[in-house]
Amino acid sequence: MIKPDAALKSISFATFLGVCLELAGDELTAHLPFAPHLIGNPMIPALHGGVIGAFMEITAMAQLKRDGNFDHIPKPIDVNIQYLRSGKPLDTYAQAVVKRIGRTISSVEVSAWQETRQSPIATLQAHFLMD
Amino acid sequence: MTQLFSDMFGTIIDNTPYMKAIGAYYAGASEDGITMAMPWREDLVGDPETRVIASGVVTALLDNCCGMAVWDRINAFKAVATLDLRIDYMRPALPGHELKVTAKCYKLTRSIGFVRAFAYETSVDDPVAAAQGAFIVTALKSDATGVKS
Repeated sequence: MIKPDAALKSISFATFLGVCLELAGDELTAHLPFAPHLIGNPMIPALHGGVIGAFMEITAMAQLKRDGNFDHIPKPIDVNIQYLRSGKPLDTYAQAVVKRIGRTISSVEVSAWQETRQSPIATLQAHFLMD
Repeated sequence: MTQLFSDMFGTIIDNTPYMKAIGAYYAGASEDGITMAMPWREDLVGDPETRVIASGVVTALLDNCCGMAVWDRINAFKAVATLDLRIDYMRPALPGHELKVTAKCYKLTRSIGFVRAFAYETSVDDPVAAAQGAFIVTALKSDATGVKS
């Protein structure tokens, strides 16, 4: 496992969450190791929905940077998150697919999972401003 | 005086690990809805060049505040889970400024709460981001799909 994107390190918030990027061939997978500060509901316990959302946003940005060869950080215009399952206190993974890279706007879809990729815990669609 | 469930919100936020981690706190209830706030912090920055707070932090604050707005509307402790959340980012949050979120549950059915929220520094009229969400409300005893605060 390697961490291909040193640029992610410059994002303090990615470090705060503990996100790392893993590259297998040309396939990028974002990995969010479980940590106690990511819990939203301590009684269940479940990951905070905002953590899952933020993790998928970072995944989208990383994929976009890679596909589009950008050296700056793309800004989200709008983000749509669907929560499918409760986030357990486990490691979470996510992969993004860039649907379109335009001169001004790009469109990305992300899926996040824990135990099996076939049972995603959340999905995200987002538009990013490219300038 | 009637006991309001929102009286508990300060305690609930203080016991939500992720909200504590980002330094968010409950800032009160009004006719406009439930308000939460979060001071700017270096380690939450999303872009080192602009020192703007990461959009993901705003997402979490909006999500949490929206969920509480549903609780406020129910005025009781029930399991509330985010079904979907749409966020529009209008402008970067100002570095060094405290960020506020106000959320209102404008419609509650038997099982769904519909919520609108805004993130801003000083006024809702100059928003950083807007959110629209749908939340599932379930009875407490059932092990719901994604109970969250």
